Amino acid sequence: MLDLSKYQSIGAALKDALQAFSNEVCLIEADREREKERLTYQEFKERAHPFATALQEAAFVAGDRASIIMTNQSKWLISAYAIFYTGGVLVPLDYKLTPNEQWQLLKHSGAKVLVTEYPIWRQLSVAYGRSAATNVRAVLVTEAPANADLAGAQRWEEFRGSSEPTFVPRTRKDVACIVYSSGTGGRPKGCMMTHENYLEQCVALTSLYPFSPGVRYLSILPTNHAIDFMVGFFGPFICGAAVVHLRTLRPEYLREAFSKYKITYVSLVPLVLKNLQKGLQARFDELPPGKRRIFNALVAANKALTKSHPRLGLSRRLLKQVHDPFGGELRTIIVGGAFTEPQTLQFFYDLGIPVANGYGLTEAGTAITVNDLKPFRADTVGKPLPGMEVRIVNAGADGIGEVSVRSKTIMSGYLNEPELTAAAIVDGWLMTGDLGRMESTGHLQLFGRKKNMIVTEEGKNIYPEDIEAVFDSLPVKESCIFAANYIWPQRSMVGEQLLLAIHLEPGQTYSDELRRDISARSNKLLNYQRIHGVVLFDRDFPRTASLKIKRSLLAEELAKLDRASAFLPL
Amino acid sequence: MRTLEQTTQEVLDLASKHFNVPAGSLAPEDDFFKKLGIDSLQTLEMLSRLENHFGIELPDYEVQGVSDFRTLASRIQSRL
Repeated sequence: MLDLSKYQSIGAALKDALQAFSNEVCLIEADREREKERLTYQEFKERAHPFATALQEAAFVAGDRASIIMTNQSKWLISAYAIFYTGGVLVPLDYKLTPNEQWQLLKHSGAKVLVTEYPIWRQLSVAYGRSAATNVRAVLVTEAPANADLAGAQRWEEFRGSSEPTFVPRTRKDVACIVYSSGTGGRPKGCMMTHENYLEQCVALTSLYPFSPGVRYLSILPTNHAIDFMVGFFGPFICGAAVVHLRTLRPEYLREAFSKYKITYVSLVPLVLKNLQKGLQARFDELPPGKRRIFNALVAANKALTKSHPRLGLSRRLLKQVHDPFGGELRTIIVGGAFTEPQTLQFFYDLGIPVANGYGLTEAGTAITVNDLKPFRADTVGKPLPGMEVRIVNAGADGIGEVSVRSKTIMSGYLNEPELTAAAIVDGWLMTGDLGRMESTGHLQLFGRKKNMIVTEEGKNIYPEDIEAVFDSLPVKESCIFAANYIWPQRSMVGEQLLLAIHLEPGQTYSDELRRDISARSNKLLNYQRIHGVVLFDRDFPRTASLKIKRSLLAEELAKLDRASAFLPL
Repeated sequence: MRTLEQTTQEVLDLASKHFNVPAGSLAPEDDFFKKLGIDSLQTLEMLSRLENHFGIELPDYEVQGVSDFRTLASRIQSRL
């Protein structure tokens, strides 16, 4: 088991790793069929240090915040390392947010420096949100064309100091990253993750999925996401493994990357895993009857032989035609970001490709449970990771209650939100808002949510408060968005939908025109944020003295309606 | 050199062919996620088809946040 007990910070642990593995390859970056970059740990350090020096020359000091808004690429990791080296706090933001959402979070985080890519900066620089984020004093832009107008930014490539940077130590309890789990709609939830959170999580995860020199991790999930930050940066780097970045995520180049770079691990969201399943199933269905019978017999044999635990070498020989396109080195597909359907997990396991599903929250420092595959249990999200205490609160007769967690990986709180923090962490236990049951075998099963939000198959957390502004001027008396399962609880983690509850003006009817208006507004949202239906409520919404909607009370009232007849699909 | 209208029409024709919807049933202002009922991955597949057709490379970031055929066509047009 990895021992990181001597380290106080991410920066200190990475600094030693860069030294220890100096001749190993740490990064490969490819754009379609072209390999753009291949760096050893030594070369990585040589890129990062001048950047760190330049940060220090720009008066970036311990505790200062720097944000990265980039797609997955080598400069993401180089910049992050330099930020940690100089004692900074990293604010990784989702490059898929709208420019104004990004400015809103940049302002909220108090970031002094922004590192971004030219195509993203082109949109950010002209967004109106820029004027409010006066805290952002330096913007460093990568890959800008020679004659580009940088709109006040500096070129990342030219932001270099000539002397050696000074390493700035931090303590385990200092904040290392501010990671936004939600909240572009008013109350951003910036999870303050400490150095200890990451050091402990790294030890726990690598005990199940070890990294070492020669291991290659294909980084597809955005690196701002807690999972990829851990298994696509910190984990592999600490152990001397290599990370492979692709500049395009087109399926054909993704497929090619597995065999070209002999990938060992990859993390995917359920949507991509299901797409992979569909593609494989279509291939199997095309087999002529004779070959199909032989193939089915081999799958049956593999199932029988891997019942208690995976046997990779055996599965690779038995089902060569399935494993070869994956490069022959793939050990595990890690799936996260959202709930994965058991039949998808089972499909891959039966083919001898273990899929490590788990359960986690940004607030908990990535993963809480992971399927250890001994034996594989597709109907659960696995057992708690080492160091994680999980308990079920207010369990009913069926054993189902709210999942709560205590560990050294739990965030220190939400930035500038003591009330939200106090509601989320009670006596040291993180209340997840998810419903689950602990089995006698130690496996956790999930049964829906207590909280008003949905998680899409793409791993996107959608909170109603974040998207309600689109319906602000809707010509009705009042409206409010809910997760349908929050009103009518379902013992399920899939097929979650959002609905718009509306209270019409006196004498107003739910006309076709109104429905079209709602639909048009919904379509302005990103495709995974859109609402699926409308529920009509015939009374005033319950409100607080300050006229805020009492959501939980309104949900209780709406729950008295029959879901099947009340939910009007858009 | 194609005009934007021609490019848009070719994008619509290719999308209807790729996703097996009747020719002429798609309009430039249509939201392709909704109209075709596709997800982000299927959109990437469609992009690859469009790249092959137009002989260009369209970086993923160029289509970030794009959901209608007209904007997609204009992004292609700027690279022709």
